[in-house]
Amino acid sequence: MLDPFFSLMHGFEVVLTFSNMGYLLVGILFGVLLGFLPGVGGANGIAILLPLTFSMNHTTAIIMLAAIYWGALFGGCISAILFNIPGEPWSVATTFDGHPLAQQGRAGEALTASLTSSFIGALIATIVLTFLAPIVARWALDFGPPEFFSVYLLTFCSFIGMGRQSPFKIIASMMLGFALACVGTDQITGGLRLTFGTETLINGFSFLIAVIGLFGIGEILVTIEGGLHFEGRSAKINPFVVWETWKKLPKYWVTIIRGTAVGCWLGITPGGATPASFMSYGLAKRFSKDGDKFGTGMLEGVVAPETAAHSAGTSALLPMLTLGIPGSPTAAVLLGGLLIWGLQPGPLLFVEQKDFVWGLIASIYLGNVVGLAIVLSTVPLWASIMRIPFSIIAPLIIVICAIGSYTLSNAPSDIVFMVMFGVIGYLFKKLDYPLAPMVLAIVLGGRAENSFRQALLGSQGDLSVFWSNWLVGSITGLSMIMLFWPLIAKLIGMLRSRLAAPAGAAG
Amino acid sequence: MSHGSNSNDPSGGVVSTRTMEVAVAVALMIVGAVIMIASWRLGAGWSSSIGPQSGYFPFYVALIMFLASGATVVQQLLSRSKPSPSFIGRSELGMVLKVLIPVTIFVVLTIYIGIYISMALFIGFFMIWLGRYPWYKVLPVAVACPIAFFIVFELWFLVPLPKGPFEHWLGY
Repeated sequence: MLDPFFSLMHGFEVVLTFSNMGYLLVGILFGVLLGFLPGVGGANGIAILLPLTFSMNHTTAIIMLAAIYWGALFGGCISAILFNIPGEPWSVATTFDGHPLAQQGRAGEALTASLTSSFIGALIATIVLTFLAPIVARWALDFGPPEFFSVYLLTFCSFIGMGRQSPFKIIASMMLGFALACVGTDQITGGLRLTFGTETLINGFSFLIAVIGLFGIGEILVTIEGGLHFEGRSAKINPFVVWETWKKLPKYWVTIIRGTAVGCWLGITPGGATPASFMSYGLAKRFSKDGDKFGTGMLEGVVAPETAAHSAGTSALLPMLTLGIPGSPTAAVLLGGLLIWGLQPGPLLFVEQKDFVWGLIASIYLGNVVGLAIVLSTVPLWASIMRIPFSIIAPLIIVICAIGSYTLSNAPSDIVFMVMFGVIGYLFKKLDYPLAPMVLAIVLGGRAENSFRQALLGSQGDLSVFWSNWLVGSITGLSMIMLFWPLIAKLIGMLRSRLAAPAGAAG
Repeated sequence: MSHGSNSNDPSGGVVSTRTMEVAVAVALMIVGAVIMIASWRLGAGWSSSIGPQSGYFPFYVALIMFLASGATVVQQLLSRSKPSPSFIGRSELGMVLKVLIPVTIFVVLTIYIGIYISMALFIGFFMIWLGRYPWYKVLPVAVACPIAFFIVFELWFLVPLPKGPFEHWLGY
C-alpha cells in the first residue's frame, strides 16, 4: 500500500538536484510563455523543443518537457483573461467569465482564482496518479495484442460517441489521421506504402509536424480573421488581491471537487483538458445558484473550467505512462518523445525505468508549486509582451514554428508540410471538424495497426479474437457502447418518456 | 449552392458555408478514393504468412473516411436550413491571405536561400507592410533577429538550420 509513497520519495530524490530543478524552472517559464502566446502552445512548444533534447539525459529531458506542459496549462488562462484570446484550446471556457472580470477591472481576482484552482486541480490529479498508476501498470502486464487493440478501439470510439461535433466529421478526421500514419514504411513488412513514388514521403508524416501545423499555423490563421492585432487589458496583481481572492475560493469547494472529478475522468479516458474544461463549465452553470449570471464575470465561472482543465491535463499522463495511450494531444507529443528516446511506455516502464517515471511524477508536484508561485508573480511581464506589435511577434511565432518543423529531421519538406497542415487546421477549425482525434490517430496509428495485425495473425484471421476472453471482450464491448452512445442515449430518453407518459396521464 | 452574404462581415461574403462544407467533404472523399486504389494495388487482402497485407489497414481506413465524408455531403445537400451564413467575409479572407501568402513565400525562400535571410525579409516585410514602420526602425530588428537565432541555434544548441548561398559563402 505504501509502496507508491516510497517510490515517490525516491522520485523526489531524483528531481531535487540543481540541474534538474534548473531545467524544471526553465521549462515552466518557457511553458507559461508558450501557453500565453496564441499560435504556440504546450503541444507545439514541446514538439519544437523535442529534437533539441536528443542529447540530454532522458529523465532531465522529460522533467523539462513536462514542466513546459504545466507552464502552458497555467499560461493559457493569462491571455484568455487579459486579452480574450485563449492561449490554449482548453482556455476557451476561461474567457467566458474571465475576460468580463478583466473588463470590470477585476483581472487580478480572475487571474488568482484561475491559477489557484488550476493548482488545486492538478495537485489532486497528481495524487490520484501517484497511487493509481502502479496499479494500472501491473494490471496492464497481462495485455496482449488483442487487449491493446481493444484499448485503442475504446479510445477512438469514445471520441466518436462523446464528441459534440457531427460523428461523420469526427470519423473522417480520425480516419484521415490513420491514413496519414500509414504513409511511409510499413512496420511489419518493411515495404513502402502510399509514397506515390516520391522520396519525401518515405519517412511518412511526423505527428510533430502535424501538431505544429494544425495547432500553430492553423490557430494563427483563425485568430487573424479577427483582425491583425492583439488588444488587451492591463492587470494589477498584488499580494493583497491574491489574499482576498484566496479567502473567497473555499466557498466554491463543490465546484472545485466536481471540476477535478470531471478532469480526472476525461484525462484518463482520453478526452483531454479541452472537453474537460467545457464540461466542467457547463455543469457548474447548471448546478450553481448563480448559474444564469455565468458569462458576466462570475468567479465560479473561472474556477470550474480551470480546475477541470488542469486535472485532466495531469491525469492524461496516467494512461500515457501505463498503457501508452495519451489522454490529450499534448500528452500525445510527450508520448512521441518517449518513443523517439527509445522508451516503451507501459507496464515495463514502471519496472525498468523507476528513476524516470517517479522522477517525472515527483516533478509534477514540484512543477505545480513552483509554477503557481512563478506565474502569480510574473503576470505583468507577460502582459507587457503583448505590447510588442503584432507585425513583429506574428512573423516571429511563424519562424519559430518553421524552425521547430525543420529541426526534427532536417528535411525542408517538413516545413512545407507544416504549412499544409496549417491550412487543413484552419479549414477544419472553421468547419467544426475536431483536430484531437486526427492528432491522436497520427500518433497512435502505427501502434494500433500493429496490434490489430498481430492479433489477427495470432488468431489466423479470426476476428472473434477480440471477444475471446473477459478482459478483451469487456473492453471491446465498452467500445461499441461508446461508439453508439448518442443512439443509445436517445433510445433511453424515448423509453423514459414513454414510461412517464401513461403515469402522467393517469395522475 | 448559394453564395450567401449574411456573415458578420459587412464587406460581404465570398463563399457560403455550405459550399465549403461540401467542398471539403468531397476533397476528403477524393483523398479516400486515391488511398483505397493505392492500397488495393499494394494488396489489401489476407496472406497466410503475414496476416493482413500491407494495404489492408489503409484500405479500410480510407473506405470509412470515404463513406463518412459521403454522409457529410448528403447531410449538407439535404439540409433545409436557411441560406447559410458566409464562410468567410471578403475582408476576413483578405486578412487570412495577408498572412498565408507571405508565409508560403517565406517557406519557399527558406528552402532555396536558407532561413536566416528569409527570416529577415519576412519580419521586415511584416513590419513595413503591416506595422508601417520606417525603414530605419525595421532594418535593425530584421537584421538582429536572424543573428540572434543564428547564435542560439547554430553556435549554442549546435542545431543546423536551412542555409543558403550567403551562409555557405561565409563558410558555414
